This record gives sequence, C-alpha cells and structure tokens, in this order.
Amino acid sequence: MYRKMLTIRLFEEEVVKLFSRGLIPGFLHTYIGEEAVAVGVISALRKDDYVTSTHRGHGHCIAKGADINRMMAELFGKGTGYCKGKGGSMHIADFELNMLGANGIVGAGLPLACGAGLSIKMRKTDQVAVGFFGDGASNEGTFHESLNLAAVWSLPVLFVCENNQYAVSYHVHKASLVNNLAERASAYGIPGITVDGCDAVSVNDAASQAIDRARKGKGPTLLECKTYRWRGHYEGDPQTYRTKDEVATWMKKCPISLFEERLYATKIMTKDSAEEVRAKIRKQVEEAVKFAKDSPYPEPESAATDVFA
Amino acid sequence: MLRNEKIVVMGEDITVPGVWVVTKGLVEEFGPERVRDTPMSESAIVGAGIGAALTGMRAMVEVRWADFLFVAMDQLANQAAKLRYMSGGQAKVPVVFRQALGAGLSAGPHHSQSPEAIFMHIPGLKVALPSTPYDAKGLLKSALRDDNPILFFEHKVLYRSKGMVPAEEYTIPFGKADIKKKGKDVTVVATLLMLHRSLTVAKELEERGISVEVVDPRTLVPLDKQAIIDSVKKTGRLVIVSEDCKTGGVGAEIAAIAAEEAFPYLKSPIKRVSAIDTPIPFSPVLEKYVVPDEKRIAQAIEEVVK
Repeated sequence: MYRKMLTIRLFEEEVVKLFSRGLIPGFLHTYIGEEAVAVGVISALRKDDYVTSTHRGHGHCIAKGADINRMMAELFGKGTGYCKGKGGSMHIADFELNMLGANGIVGAGLPLACGAGLSIKMRKTDQVAVGFFGDGASNEGTFHESLNLAAVWSLPVLFVCENNQYAVSYHVHKASLVNNLAERASAYGIPGITVDGCDAVSVNDAASQAIDRARKGKGPTLLECKTYRWRGHYEGDPQTYRTKDEVATWMKKCPISLFEERLYATKIMTKDSAEEVRAKIRKQVEEAVKFAKDSPYPEPESAATDVFA
Repeated sequence: MLRNEKIVVMGEDITVPGVWVVTKGLVEEFGPERVRDTPMSESAIVGAGIGAALTGMRAMVEVRWADFLFVAMDQLANQAAKLRYMSGGQAKVPVVFRQALGAGLSAGPHHSQSPEAIFMHIPGLKVALPSTPYDAKGLLKSALRDDNPILFFEHKVLYRSKGMVPAEEYTIPFGKADIKKKGKDVTVVATLLMLHRSLTVAKELEERGISVEVVDPRTLVPLDKQAIIDSVKKTGRLVIVSEDCKTGGVGAEIAAIAAEEAFPYLKSPIKRVSAIDTPIPFSPVLEKYVVPDEKRIAQAIEEVVK
C-alpha cells in the first residue's frame, strides 16, 4: 500500500509540473491528498474485480496496477497511451485490469458499476465492482438510482464516496443537510460506513469488510471516506472558495506520512528504506516521462477509428 | 436468447401485460434472472445495461417509450456512444435499446415523439427502424449479434400491423436498404409508419401514371447511402418522408447527402415531408395536422414530378 500511495503522489506531483510547462494539454484533476482512499479500497480487491472511476482518476488507475508509462503517454496525448490519445486524463482505462475508466461526467460511473455487478451476478462469479464518486456526485440522480438498484437486486457493488468536502467550489455542508453522507445508505436499506479517508488502514479495513459482504452475495455497501484534495479542483483553479489555513490543516494529515509513522512504529520499515523506496519510484516516474516524451503522436487519421467495434 | 446465454433483458414492467408487451412470454421461458423488471430509474437501468455489456454480457434494455430516452441521455450519449472510442478501442458495448416512437394514438407530447435524428447525430450509436414484422425480426437478430450500442426504434402504431415472418433463422444486415416498391419517376425514401403511407400513395399514383420507387433505409446508422443514390440516379427526383419534425430531421440529412453526391442526376429540387416543428399534440384533430398524411405525401411527389 505504501508503494502505491507514493507512486500516486510522485506521479501527480510530476504531472503538475509538466502541466505547468505546457506539456500536457487539456485539464488536470489531481489526486494529491486522497491517496489513502484509492489505495485503501483497491488493495482489498482482486485483479479481476471491476472499478469505475471519476474525473479525478489517476489514483484509481495506479492503485489498480496500471502502467504509469502508458498513463503518462495518454496524458501527453501520444499514440502509445492507454487510449491511443483519444481519452486523456479524464478517460484513462485499462480493461485488462478491469479498470473500466475514469469518467468526465460526475456520477456516471455508478450505473456502470451496477451493470458490472449485474454481469458478475449473472455469470455467477464472486467478483465485485467498486464505483468511486465524490460528495458532489452524491446529489446526482445517478447516485440515488444506482444505490437503489444495487440494493433491490443485491448487486456485489461497493460504492465509495470520496468526500473531499468540495464539489468544485461548492462546500458539502451547503450541498446537503446530512453531515455524514454514509447516512444516505439507510434510505436504500443498505449499510453505510464513514471512515477517516486519510488513514489507509481504516479505509482498507472497512473496504475489506464490505467487499467480503459483496463477495458472499450479501449485497452493496456505501463507504464514505472523509478526505481532502490538496490542490484545486483542476490545475489552475484559483481556489477562492477555501482558505490557505484550511488547506494547511489538512496537509498536516498527510495520508502518506500517517502511514509512514505506522510503518516506523511497527518496525516494518525504517526511514532509510523509505527513502530508498521513494528514490526508486521517483526513477520510475522519470522513466514514464521519458517514455511519454519519446513516444510518437498518433497518426491524425486514427481519429476516425474505434468508433464502432 | 436461446442461442446466446449471455443475453440479459431488462426494463420497466416488461414481464406483465400492459399497453403493449413485446417481451411477452420471455420471463416464463428464460426466468427472472435473465428477464428483469426494474424500478423506475432510467439512468440506472440504461447504465446497468451498458455496464453489463462492458463486462461480458449482452444486454437488451427496453426503454419502452422513445421519449424516455431523454431521461437517460447522459448514459446513452456520453457513456454508451463513447466508451469504445475514449478507451482507444479497449471497450466493447454490445447493448440494444428498444423503444417505441411515433404519433397516432393520442398519447400526447411526452409519449409520441420521433427522436431518431438526434441519435443519428451522435457518433458511436447505431440506429435501426424496422417498418415490417419481417424487417423487425431480421434486424433485431442482427442487433443482438452486433457488438455496438444500438437504438432500435419500433413504431407504436405498427405494433398492430401484420406481415409474413419466416419461422426459420435469418438476419438482415445493418446498412442495407430495402426497395419496397420499384419505380422510375421519383424516389421516395420513407421510414416506419411513413413508409406504409408512402406505399399507399405510390399505389394510387401508379394509376395516374406516376411510377414511384419506395426505398426503406431500415437503418439510419449505418445508412445505405448507395441504395439511395442509385435510386436517385435512376429517377432523378427525391422525396423524403419521415415522421420526425422537419428542422434537423432525418430528411435533412438524407437530402444533404443526395445534394452532395447525386446532384448531377436531380431533375428537380429535393422535397422533405416531415412533421411540422411542434411537439405532438394530444387532440386527434391536432395530432393529425402535425404528422404527414397521404395527402401531403402525394402533394410533395406531384410537385417534384411536375
């Protein structure tokens, strides 16, 4: 879990730099600060379990085991990217890992996760599907419809709410009278749990239990992880809707530092070995950048392919 | 469904008798796992069909009323249509959405639309519109073997129509129009209920010495452009009869194609016969006014033949 969280952090930090230098076109929504959620949940999954993601999906991809070379190339818009340059940051997918894609529409991954759950049920396997979404999406119709459908059909789906307090600029307390969004689960008759999204172990524990329930045919769960994105909704966001003090407070709860403390305390890792791991991952990220830079752009005419199977 | 055990069918009230039930008998034969009634959640149902298709199943979602497609529009336009493309070809979305469109039952503005042109306009979706029972069986079988998201439009008035359907297995390929009546003076391209009205008109005009060729595209995406162009080459005149409203409708696209690719063969301007640009009103006298009838179709044909 440590390696995965660090990979997300170092990948995102690098991508922020590259974006500011104009090497990455379009828009960027970074996962910095939320690493414990993606890694805590996805570490409890098998390779053949499904994940649907959000516009802020790099963390989910990396946690699921995606190749950061192909991710970086996709961000650069190169032909060697996961989506041949057709998707970009908000649509990275690795179907071989059953990572069904990041999504540009808030809440749209939840019905798809239900569909994956239905497919699992009909094929009679013990796979599960995880649908990630944010506090903003919890007010979309698709959230309510999907939880209800998964509930009445007892689908093996884990709905993970990454409550980072803001839907773009809109604070969650303005958007809902309900303090803990997990309470909404009771409206659908399913279990809802709120955990500290900065603590990878808590997330992993809660997720493991919910996933186990789903695998055993006991249906869906709503898992709310309270977390915080350190950077704006998008790169370039002036962030007038929150104070620097608030950001600083949350940064003190760095999920990676918290996890490191655990590892040091239980003597699983030392500061030196941590530094070694960091250096190794830094190198992997550098290689990903090189791969992306060296890769060719796709042939323009390829824009006309892949519309139909 | 016998041939492919991975097909799952879902929709609201599809296992019970109702206004019309195309899925009659299915749940009895295939069981409630494979034929599912759903809560009233169009986005979730459409999306679940897509998600199931994305992960190894083949889904048929009955939305029932074409007007309700709009309730699930994001899942159709942004998800189903684009998943394959955005993933660089990784995704495959074998899902068929079936719904009834069209006016004629005084069902009112929310239950009588013909929205097929809107879906024709979204890259990544295929669109089929069978006008006869024979075409319906052949096209549906093809649809259920196609690995793409398909909008399968049936006309609610035509549910009462009867026609010969072979008992044996056959498919009709997408992108293959059917010349429902051969002729040499004018090409009429018509769909669904308008196809039948055009055939009635063609028969009458035959007796007055006007030979009408009636072409049924059967699918809008892919569209059998060649069949239309070949027919226009032969007749030199084109009338498109479609029940959707005129602006930006099916007729607009087909007329543009003919103007671009068959211009040298045209002896007169192209004419479109469409519904007027209004929602479909409820009162029978109003509904009749909005939608093309035999008189308007005949008028248009006579004008281009003059």
